[in-house]
Amino acid sequence: MRWRSSLFLILTPLLTFAEQMPTINMTQGVTKVSRDIYDLHMTIFLICCVIGVIVFGAILYSIIHHRKSKGAVAADFHENATLEFAWTLIPFLILIVMAVPATRVLVSMRDASKPDVNIKVVGYQWKWQYEYLDQGISFFSSLATPLDQIHNKIKKNKDYLLDVDKPLVVPIHKKIRFLVTSNDVIHSWWMPAFGIKRDAIPGYIHEAWAVIEQPGMYYGRCAELCGADHGFMPVVVKAVTEVEYKKWIKSQHEAKKQSAAASNKKMTQDELMAEGKKAYDAHCASCHKATGEGMPPVFPALKNGLIVVGPADAQIKLVLNGVKGTAMQAFGAQLDDVTLAAIITYERNAWGNDNIGKKYKKMIQPSDIKAARSEGK
Amino acid sequence: MSNKPDIYYVPESSHWPAVGAAGLFFFFLGLIMWLHHHPVAEYIFYVGALILAYMMFGWFGDVIRESQSGLYDKRMDKSFRISMMWFIFSEVMFFGAFFGALFYTRVLSVPWLAGAGHQEFTHMLLWPNFTAHWPLLLNPDQSQFLGPKAAMGVWGIATFNTIVLLTSGVTITLAHWALKKGERNKLLIWQGLTVLLGIIFLISQGHEYYHAYTELDMRLNSGIYSTTFFMLTGFHGAHVTIGTIMLMVTWFRCKKGHFTNENHFAFEAVSWYWHFVDIVWLLLFIFVYWL
Amino acid sequence: MSDAVMDSHDHDHHHGPAHKGFKRWLFTTNHKDIGTMYLIFALVMLFVGGAFALVIRAELFMPGLQIVSPDYFNQMTTMHGLVMVFMVIMPAMTGLANWQIPLMIGAPDMALPRLNNWSFWILPIALALIGSTLFIDGPGPNFGWTFYAPLSTTYGPPSTDYMIFAIHLLGLSSIMGSINIIVTIFNLRAPGMTLMKMPIFVWTWLITAFLIIAVMPVLAGAVTMMLMDRHFGTAFFEAGGGGDPVMFQHIFWFFGHPEVYILILPAFGVISEVIPTFSSKKIFGYRFMVYATASIAILSFVVWAHHMFTTGIPLAAELFFMYTTMLIAVPTGIKVFNWVGTMWRGALRFEPPMLFAVAFVILFTIGGFSGLMLSIVPADYQYQDTYFVVAHFHYVLVPGALFGIMTAVYYWLPKWSGKMYSHKLANWHFWLTVISLNLTFFPMHFLGLAGMPRRIPDYALQFTNFNAVATVGAFMFGLSQLVFVWLIISTVRSGKPTTPEVWESSHGLEWTLPSPPPYHTFETPPHVE
Ligand code: HEA
Ligand code: HEA
Ligand code: HEC
Ligand code: CUA
Ligand SMILES: [Cu+2]
Repeated sequence: MRWRSSLFLILTPLLTFAEQMPTINMTQGVTKVSRDIYDLHMTIFLICCVIGVIVFGAILYSIIHHRKSKGAVAADFHENATLEFAWTLIPFLILIVMAVPATRVLVSMRDASKPDVNIKVVGYQWKWQYEYLDQGISFFSSLATPLDQIHNKIKKNKDYLLDVDKPLVVPIHKKIRFLVTSNDVIHSWWMPAFGIKRDAIPGYIHEAWAVIEQPGMYYGRCAELCGADHGFMPVVVKAVTEVEYKKWIKSQHEAKKQSAAASNKKMTQDELMAEGKKAYDAHCASCHKATGEGMPPVFPALKNGLIVVGPADAQIKLVLNGVKGTAMQAFGAQLDDVTLAAIITYERNAWGNDNIGKKYKKMIQPSDIKAARSEGK
Repeated sequence: MSNKPDIYYVPESSHWPAVGAAGLFFFFLGLIMWLHHHPVAEYIFYVGALILAYMMFGWFGDVIRESQSGLYDKRMDKSFRISMMWFIFSEVMFFGAFFGALFYTRVLSVPWLAGAGHQEFTHMLLWPNFTAHWPLLLNPDQSQFLGPKAAMGVWGIATFNTIVLLTSGVTITLAHWALKKGERNKLLIWQGLTVLLGIIFLISQGHEYYHAYTELDMRLNSGIYSTTFFMLTGFHGAHVTIGTIMLMVTWFRCKKGHFTNENHFAFEAVSWYWHFVDIVWLLLFIFVYWL
Repeated sequence: MSDAVMDSHDHDHHHGPAHKGFKRWLFTTNHKDIGTMYLIFALVMLFVGGAFALVIRAELFMPGLQIVSPDYFNQMTTMHGLVMVFMVIMPAMTGLANWQIPLMIGAPDMALPRLNNWSFWILPIALALIGSTLFIDGPGPNFGWTFYAPLSTTYGPPSTDYMIFAIHLLGLSSIMGSINIIVTIFNLRAPGMTLMKMPIFVWTWLITAFLIIAVMPVLAGAVTMMLMDRHFGTAFFEAGGGGDPVMFQHIFWFFGHPEVYILILPAFGVISEVIPTFSSKKIFGYRFMVYATASIAILSFVVWAHHMFTTGIPLAAELFFMYTTMLIAVPTGIKVFNWVGTMWRGALRFEPPMLFAVAFVILFTIGGFSGLMLSIVPADYQYQDTYFVVAHFHYVLVPGALFGIMTAVYYWLPKWSGKMYSHKLANWHFWLTVISLNLTFFPMHFLGLAGMPRRIPDYALQFTNFNAVATVGAFMFGLSQLVFVWLIISTVRSGKPTTPEVWESSHGLEWTLPSPPPYHTFETPPHVE
């Protein structure tokens, strides 16, 4: 708060527009670490400002007073060892003043031991998977903003590009340890309010932790270039009280049971297509494009694609298991039977695919997916 | 030697660099297309290689002619020497990158995958069955990187090759002494022997690779141990090949009497290069084969 | 210069180029011709790289996707970074070295003139390889100029191979160019020109050339490993085989960090020539300037992991790299203070080169300050991969490296062409550039702190205002550079003839030659007291 108020003093004239005034400084966040970082940031910033004022002041003074056009005559000194040593030593001492608190904060923030909750965070192109290691809960969290907003076809919401379909839910006042890794390329799990930015390295797990002090919704993003939709990979954390957290855990276990039951229901073509389009746009369109045209040669077109107009089994298998060593993930682990059936039905009928390869099955039911899953095992 | 000292020779103009640039273009374009299985790729590549060879003959020919006709002064000789030294330095740094990769994986990444340092979760959640060893025979993901059956031996071919290369370091020095004393026959013999040793080294390394591929199932894609093994020894082998070719060229130039006992920069440059390749091998022997 | 003393071996020797027309440039071995070609190449590429930047800025003008697809956006970012670093700043600096070093140390030419020509002509070849990726099927390189594995290996598009070999070629070109520079400096100095009498510009290039020879091969190693991982199943950057994606970053930044000093040190040299001339004083603390340059170069080898603070490298490593990085502020500070010391109680004249030099000192220092902030690890957790970093490096690169080049052009163009430019036009260029540059890059500090990541084609609504400002600034900046080009063209075609000294109180060997200097200079070396 200290820093914020002094900043406001400098910016008083702007305060009249405070309502629209965009943020211009780092967030203080809601953890001790994030506040330490903020203070560190402001300390170095102010030290730099002071040095800047001195150096630029000296330049300005020469510019004004030592101009030839003002009749200045050049002195002819060009060496002074004492001065040189002074301006070697003084910055060095200033650096030590900065390094001490930096070291203290860094050492404290790297200690992730003795957590209360362990959450494995896995980056995927382009979504996050959260796995509660102690509760056996796992789900994916991806961008909620509709494509039409991104393509400027409809008005943008206030939470444009910020919101996800399913936020990570965590309790406050508990030490939460994040075990961050990736399934494909490097991502970076960044939550400014917690002072956490941890790269997700495929094949390695690196830790980060937070003790959140206030309940609320917190927004962050993937911070490492991870391919085409790197800009569309938000992180949302919902911090709740311990009681609510317990309730939420329970509801998750319930939902899992329900979705298993849904695999047995029969759906109509229209239901499948409607559900399929929605899910396709959310999960597949980032690579294969909403038009099904993909981005060959890296992301194959599904419109008129060999597999999509060929035998259904092959397609189901491919979508369930992915293609190793490519961006095509194993969606079996990510989506439930209903959604997969819908997506695959949609792909087989959309973009004119319904007119090609007519001898193959065009409509896929959740039960087909379930069967394919058990066959795979 | 120059009879007009202190005039630094500046060639008027030359078309060789432009030819060389064109050669490089086709060479690399062909290589890329080859990687992408383009049907005419190899031809483009060969055209590039031919242009490059043509350029080298022509360019070096010009230099040799200029040198022979006494256009170069002492300072030119020194320019060549300094540039050769810095060129070798750049090669040192290139090998440095691969040695860096070797040390990084041996000291850091392989132990980390097995839970060392602060990586207990890497081990526990991602690679629970992995244990760290060097040479690494069982990779973290055996389905993608099938490890070799056994590691490459130390005291067989590798030791033989070490002896061969070290001997060649001696023979080239003897050749140099002979050159300085003006003993042409000795020079040709020692230099010829050095070439021979270079060739023996290459043959025996080829044999070693064959052994690795056929008997040890040790391939480029058998994980980080064979990756570093093949890349380091491979680039070294490539340098031995180039060095051997350069030795042969100098042998012919010795035979033609291009070098005097004072003025023989090209000879010395090649021998510096050869010593550099020698030292790299010693490091390889220690860190890749032995320790 | 006396034309009588000529190498008499060449009887039909003449004093102009050996060929006319295109052949002159293609086959030339003359350091002035080659310097000119480097500089023109760089200027053209500034517009190419700048055009990429304008695509980026145009897309970021408003939230939402308007102009390009996300993947194309990433290609623009990648190409912009690669072109600016490898095909604008580095060639331009090499061009300056080619023109100036022989003139400043009294050498007849570069030590290895044919190699010099080759170094240059490899550049267009590399450009052809990497540029073709924007036109062939499938996406071009789209993983940023840092091409981190595995995004560039397992997940990289086929065009990645073009980039890999283009980088090999760029490395070859700059290594050969640097060897040439080092040899020239060590071997062809005029009698009496001891190392500690060399102009600072020559010193900074000597050290830069050393850095280039030391780190370009490492970059070549890095891309070679990429190539092997992509096509031959090696496991350098694959955990499944025992490698580590982060190892790529170590190797890349072992090159990458010295690289940024490669971009800035020659600019330091230029500024150290210009400020004394226009302050009518000698450079303050010559020896300390040399030591500081050397210290920066040496330190630059042990700070690379400050680009990797968020990757989870061990705590001890983070501390080590934080301390060493902070230390670089000390020698850099010495340089800044010495420039101020040179101006102090001088008789300052604000002709165009001086305007750019003073702006350089101030704006580069701002960039240095943000660099120092980035080096504080805990704070870097919040800054890393945001527009704060983008702001930092554009402040050191644009009003830093790029201004260094522009300062040099304003300082030496009259020498090269024999003609003086219009000061009025130059002042317009200066003020437009400085204003638009700050308009473009200053708001990026705010964006970064407020949480906008870099390398994104679209952003949350809260970032709209500053992005709009930055875009307007970028287009202004681009237009202002047209003034620069016009100024150069009009000067060369119809500037007023100038004197050998060009500037009041200029000193150094280059100013003893006529303007423009004859095609061959210093064939008999001058004597330096
Ligand atoms: C010309 C190029 C150039 C230069 C000179 C610098 C100079 C410095 N840079 Fe910068 N940097 C880049 C180009 C450059 N950088 C680029 C291109 C990137 C991004 C790459 C990418 O990811 O794409 C980058 C990124 C980068 C990072 C990584 C950020 C991140 O990704 O998280 C860091 C972190 O430490 C850093 C630090 C520094 C420091 C400490 C200096 C120091 O050298 C600055 C020293 C100067 C001063 C401090 C000012 C003058 C000194 C005084 C007046 C003395 C007194 C001052 C004090 C005591 C404070 N830089
Ligand atoms: C020396 C190097 C250098 C220079 C000079 C510049 C110059 C500029 N850069 Fe630079 N930039 C980098 C090096 C450099 N950059 C690097 C290394 C990166 C990181 C890349 C990565 O993330 O991988 C980067 C990234 C980068 C980004 C971040 C992209 C992202 O993260 O998504 C942005 C965004 O605004 C940007 C903008 C600009 C602008 C507006 C200029 C301007 O100064 C350019 C001005 C020049 C022109 C504009 C000339 C063009 C003029 C015309 C074509 C004439 C016509 C003009 C009009 C019609 C107006 N750059
Ligand atoms: C991150 C990028 C990405 C996403 C998201 C993605 N795919 Fe793919 N997909 C790929 C890639 C890459 C391939 C090509 C794999 C190969 O090389 O064989 C592919 C191949 C396919 C194929 C085979 C096409 C053919 O003709 O070879 C089908 C079918 C497919 N994907 C369906 C889907 C479905 C269904 C979804 C969503 C649930 C989806 N994909 C999401 C990247 C992606
Ligand atoms: Cu995931 Cu960026
Ligand atoms: Cu750096």
